Amino acid sequence: MATGVAGGLTRSRRRFPRGAAVTLVLLLLAVVLVPLFARLDQQLVDLHAASLPPSLRHPFGTDEVGRDVLLRAVYGLRVSVLVGLAAAVVSVTIGTLAGLAAGAAGGTLDRLIMRIVDGFNSVPHLLFGIFIVALFTPSTTAVVVSVALTHWMTAARIVRSEVLTLRARPFVDAAISGGSRRLRIVRRHFLPHLIPHIMLAAVLMIPHAIWHETALSFLGLGLPAHLASLGNMINDGARSLLAGNWWASLFPGLFIFLPTLAISALAQYWRDRSNPRWRSELQL
Amino acid sequence: MLRAEGVVVSYGRQRVLGGVGIEVSPGQVTGLAGPSGCGKSTLARVLAMLLKPAAGRLTVDGVDVRRWRHRVPRELRGQVALIFQQPRLAVDPRFTLLDVIAEPLRAAHRSIEHARELAEEMGLTPELLSRRPHEVSDGQLQRACVARSLTLRPRYVICDEMTTMLDASTQAHLVARLEAYRLESGAGVLAITHDDELLIRWTGPSGGSIRHLSEMAPAA
Ligand SMILES: Nc1ncnc2c1ncn2[C@@H]1O[C@H](COP(=O)(O)OP(=O)(O)OP(=O)(O)O)[C@@H](O)[C@H]1O
Ligand SMILES: [Mg+2]
Repeated sequence: MATGVAGGLTRSRRRFPRGAAVTLVLLLLAVVLVPLFARLDQQLVDLHAASLPPSLRHPFGTDEVGRDVLLRAVYGLRVSVLVGLAAAVVSVTIGTLAGLAAGAAGGTLDRLIMRIVDGFNSVPHLLFGIFIVALFTPSTTAVVVSVALTHWMTAARIVRSEVLTLRARPFVDAAISGGSRRLRIVRRHFLPHLIPHIMLAAVLMIPHAIWHETALSFLGLGLPAHLASLGNMINDGARSLLAGNWWASLFPGLFIFLPTLAISALAQYWRDRSNPRWRSELQL
Repeated sequence: MLRAEGVVVSYGRQRVLGGVGIEVSPGQVTGLAGPSGCGKSTLARVLAMLLKPAAGRLTVDGVDVRRWRHRVPRELRGQVALIFQQPRLAVDPRFTLLDVIAEPLRAAHRSIEHARELAEEMGLTPELLSRRPHEVSDGQLQRACVARSLTLRPRYVICDEMTTMLDASTQAHLVARLEAYRLESGAGVLAITHDDELLIRWTGPSGGSIRHLSEMAPAA
């Protein structure tokens, strides 16, 4: 990836990933605007127009029941992004609370929480995710819960290790000396310092969550089949792949791939910028 | 009386304090000197109830300190204030100077008016109070730290090399401000510094004694 090259240069001089930002903005605009102005219905089944290759009328072609792939991919991206966002928020919230409790309390509670983190980590994510979804009927909530429960550990580890370094800083001693209780120290000193880390973890989690949703849907365990999620589309498209209809799965695939790369590039840029050396400059 | 007896502190295998004792009397300035790395700051943290010693006893006006850090009752914590050696590290970089000074009052759900008065006495203008630590000088930051240490009207103030990095006039101003507080409140001051001349000048008026940390440790 491009990071290899950029990482070799000085970290501090990394340039703003303009291509990634443009890609992301275009995709977001598509997600918001296309449904508003579309002349076509994404659910519209038109068997006369089934499996048409890309053309002017259907830029991404049509699927095996004649639905417009571009339109459905845009709807699918919307569903996937929303699911990814929800899963990222839930998992990072769980992780933050666990990491804060472990780092701020220390002792037995810390050991207990880290044991649980190790336990969750020792199970393969996808397998565990599948197990959780299998307990529910396919639904958006089930997918969000499954992704969140398999991904909160990263945030927990990040938050805990940050809290441990914060705890040792003299300004925390000063706060204790000034009469602050533990919860107040968490609220006034720990959380504000953690927010950039938490946001970064959440943003990095979004593409990850999208991939999980896709994988679960591809296996038929994710979102209900009628919802145009990217995973469902690739799953449907894969069936007609042998008939030569490459477009029905390729374009939805790109819709996962491009935003994932774009978000990662932006998040990495942000992480470098919020390096401690830059904090005062950013006035974080 | 703020009294420590037989204080033992080790960092890992390294024993920093081996059975040290010290007394700080109300109304007096007690001096504490000693070479760099002999454990002065460590002892200061023990006296401020921020570091639990491996052994030893600490009493504040006769009250035994049995718990440490945030487990100390808030009333007791407020009795002993600590002014840190490095002001940069002793303030949250996200706070404004006003937040720094007012935090102990806010934590106690009290009006922050007193914080503004203290800031003014320390020569901090309202404009400076709205700045963050990275936008002010070391001297201005240490003034804010001195103001913060006095907000809860402590019975004892521990000054850990408070003026080491500062110029002579700032140093004189900070010492004068603490002297004024001592005379007005009858508080005890522990002045920790390398600077023998400053120590003599500071402890002289109250007739306080000067202790050398290397002398205090009993032969191990
Ligand atoms: N958190 C810590 N972890 C490990 N060792 C420490 C820690 N803090 C201090 N020390 C060590 O303990 C010893 C005493 O440190 P301390 O800061 O109390 O000395 P000091 O007398 O205040 O020195 P100075 O005059 O330079 O401020 C030093 O050898 C130091 O390296
Ligand atoms: Mg020191």
